[in-house]
Amino acid sequence: MLREALRFKRLYLAGAVLLTILATPLFAQSNGVSPTNIFAPDSTPAHSIFRLSIFELEVEGAIFVVVFSLLAYAVTKFRQRRKDDDTEPPQVYGSNQMEIAWTVLPVLIVVVLFLTTAQVIHRVQDARRPAGTTEVTVVAHQFWWEYRYPQYGFVTANELHVPVSDLQTPTPTYLGLLSADVDHSFWVPRLAGKTDLIPNHPNTMWIDPQETGIFLGQCSQYCGTQHAKMLQRVYVQTKDDFDKWVHAQQQPAVVDPSVAAGGALFIAKACFACHTVRGTPAMGVVGPDLTHLMSRDTIGSGAVPNTPENLRNWVHDPAIFKPGTLMPKPDLTDAELAQITAYLSTLR
Amino acid sequence: MQVVYEWLGTADHKKIGLMYIVYALLFLVIMGIEAILMRIQLAHPNSTFLSPQVFNRLFTMHGTTGVFFVAMPILFGFANYVVPLMIGARDMAFPRLNAFSFWVTAFGGFLLYASFFTAGGFSQAGGAPDVGWFAYAPLTSPAFSPGHSTDYWTLSLLLAGVGSIAGAANIIATVLGMRCPGMTLGRMPLMAWMSLVMGGLILVTISPLTAAQLMLMVDRYMGGHFFDTAAGGSVVMWMHFFWIFGHPEVYVLIIPCFGFVSEIVPVFARKAMFGYPAMVAASVGIGFVSLGVWAHHMYTVGLPSYGNAFFVLTTMLVAVPTGIKIFNWLATMWGGKIRFATPMLFCTGFLFQFLVAGLTGIMLATAPFDWQLGNSYFVVAHFHYVIVGGILFTIFAAFYYWFPKVSGRMMNETLGKWHFWIFLIGFHLTFDPMHIPGLLGMPRRVYTYEAGRGWDTANMISSVGAIFQVVGILIFVYNLLSSFFVGPESGNDPWDAWTLEWATTSPPPEYNFATIPEVKSRRPLWDIKHPEDPDWKYE
Repeated sequence: MLREALRFKRLYLAGAVLLTILATPLFAQSNGVSPTNIFAPDSTPAHSIFRLSIFELEVEGAIFVVVFSLLAYAVTKFRQRRKDDDTEPPQVYGSNQMEIAWTVLPVLIVVVLFLTTAQVIHRVQDARRPAGTTEVTVVAHQFWWEYRYPQYGFVTANELHVPVSDLQTPTPTYLGLLSADVDHSFWVPRLAGKTDLIPNHPNTMWIDPQETGIFLGQCSQYCGTQHAKMLQRVYVQTKDDFDKWVHAQQQPAVVDPSVAAGGALFIAKACFACHTVRGTPAMGVVGPDLTHLMSRDTIGSGAVPNTPENLRNWVHDPAIFKPGTLMPKPDLTDAELAQITAYLSTLR
Repeated sequence: MQVVYEWLGTADHKKIGLMYIVYALLFLVIMGIEAILMRIQLAHPNSTFLSPQVFNRLFTMHGTTGVFFVAMPILFGFANYVVPLMIGARDMAFPRLNAFSFWVTAFGGFLLYASFFTAGGFSQAGGAPDVGWFAYAPLTSPAFSPGHSTDYWTLSLLLAGVGSIAGAANIIATVLGMRCPGMTLGRMPLMAWMSLVMGGLILVTISPLTAAQLMLMVDRYMGGHFFDTAAGGSVVMWMHFFWIFGHPEVYVLIIPCFGFVSEIVPVFARKAMFGYPAMVAASVGIGFVSLGVWAHHMYTVGLPSYGNAFFVLTTMLVAVPTGIKIFNWLATMWGGKIRFATPMLFCTGFLFQFLVAGLTGIMLATAPFDWQLGNSYFVVAHFHYVIVGGILFTIFAAFYYWFPKVSGRMMNETLGKWHFWIFLIGFHLTFDPMHIPGLLGMPRRVYTYEAGRGWDTANMISSVGAIFQVVGILIFVYNLLSSFFVGPESGNDPWDAWTLEWATTSPPPEYNFATIPEVKSRRPLWDIKHPEDPDWKYE
């Protein structure tokens, strides 16, 4: 009996290889494999999903092993052999007992899976909002993220800062999700599942990250040409660091007289029509708020790191980094470009 | 000239079936080219092989073509050819409506592809639609899609929809009204049952898509605001309409494939189908339940928790009859004397792959898991597992199985095995690793991606697998063409099968049967070949 079972070693090997491929992420830690690994949760919604998904994978793993083994066995044991005669095998038309059994058992599995799932849905979607919550309104645009902090009275873009939370005394962040144009989706895998930002259909989601650090994600609903580069960076900070950041963001723009020419060009060349620089006449809302542009690590919503060279190239022609972005190519001479870039570099 | 007119003007179900199939094969090749281009672009992070504009048109066309101009026509083609023969009829119930269905569908496909030659010209993928195959509002509104690319999508699918509805009505009328004497509904081949369920589903499910597309045209050209959120319209309403169509549509595609497997596995295992009544009940059940699962495509849209939970329940429930069918096919093989000719190889691949696809489907049915995995490459891997690993594998099986009946010649068995193994390797190289970037956070419909997220290796392997699939398909096409001209003669019944199509000549005469047969069981040819032990004693 064992010898017969061992004849199917190659099939078992194939199955094991396949399972390993599919199961690899289970053993992956984010610092080793990926900063966007859904199996490296760091916030309660992501943890709840992770626990449910592991349970489900175990159930499905068992189902897979059973059915695959039966298939492998049938394929090897019942193949026609050369020494077989021409007679047909016994014709079996059905079996009530077996058919009832393999109907009832799957239904029971479905009931178990459904009940555990419904519980997690409720726990995440209907969670009660504790005191001490940070509120952020997220407005998605083609192809960047606007972040408004109504409790603190400022607006920023593309890089979301939140305070770290703690399971004993939670200080989660609640995100109101709006869209200025088409459908988008907010997905930072280590912090939560994704929720869509749909015009005329406000949504909410919440995160309570338990570790400080930078968490990555990107837009997950096709929204047009540059959907692929609508990246997200979430900075989880200690309470002190977060308060310092808020305080800095609340200040109006730095006024540096040495770049006044650039500041004047910013208005003259109509940059103000799309961008806001608080404390100046620039109050446009079509594009990202630039008041504290230099406090950000990237430009173009994660398209490139925020270096002087990249900043200059971006202002020169955004399509260099993000073809299809809605920011037009400004009409600037080299001198004007240098002045505006110098001005922008002072907006810390 | 006579030959051309014969085909252009035919109302014979066999010729129409073949035209559907050849048309679909042509678009399958085009789809494959679109896929290869995309896989080249995605093989490396931050690749500049394709611009985002071209890539976005390619994935839209790839998906739209695959559903409407490859899968639907090829399945209509097989149903057209095979079902009247299997039920002992001389043609479909409405032969001229049949021809109309084909031509209007075909014109739809040509209209869609004309878009490649508009706007920026062919090298820039023209003005082809770039809104994704599900064309979410408000991306399709005049504000965000100026120009005509969305209109090519809408109009070509309106035409294809008309063709599908007419074809479905025809199939239903044929199956219900044209069965030969003695063939009660309980005695007709499972392929006929599956065609009936497919037809019923099409009648119910295409209308919401047509309605939504007409509303979109009203928005775009007649000042309507159905989906115009600035004027109080609803984007979520588009999603509901689209997915009420979109989900049953994928069951429309898989159910005829269940029919192929249910015909081929018994013949090659040398046993009657295990549990015929349960197979019928499960198929009809799947048809009905599949109409109630659509919002599992909308778990991230912000429906209330009880709404999401309801769709989790219905989606998981539809897995039960589907699983039952897998067990029935396994039980048919059990205790058999299985001949692994090419049709059976493809069916075996299907059984394994459909099992995996079903399991990843349950993961996606689980709303919280879908909040992570939805709209990621995990979904792309799942549905390609169903469509390529399930549907296309069974379509290959159907080709090898019925080719002798259509042409009177056998396809080359050696080439068939090369096709199977190379395509199997390519399929798994592409779509097994594809699950991993999804689990690691890679969204779909992205023309490029960042390095350092753990997605690079899997994407490269997926791209390499595409090459193997191309080779497999080239072998297949060569086999089709060469066998058609010089393959060995097959005779009426090369597989020693049991359904009525094998009782007539290969190819059948235009009138199918000289005398309309009369049947007493589900396997009339088994009864003739085994008079001492006929089926009707046990049914």
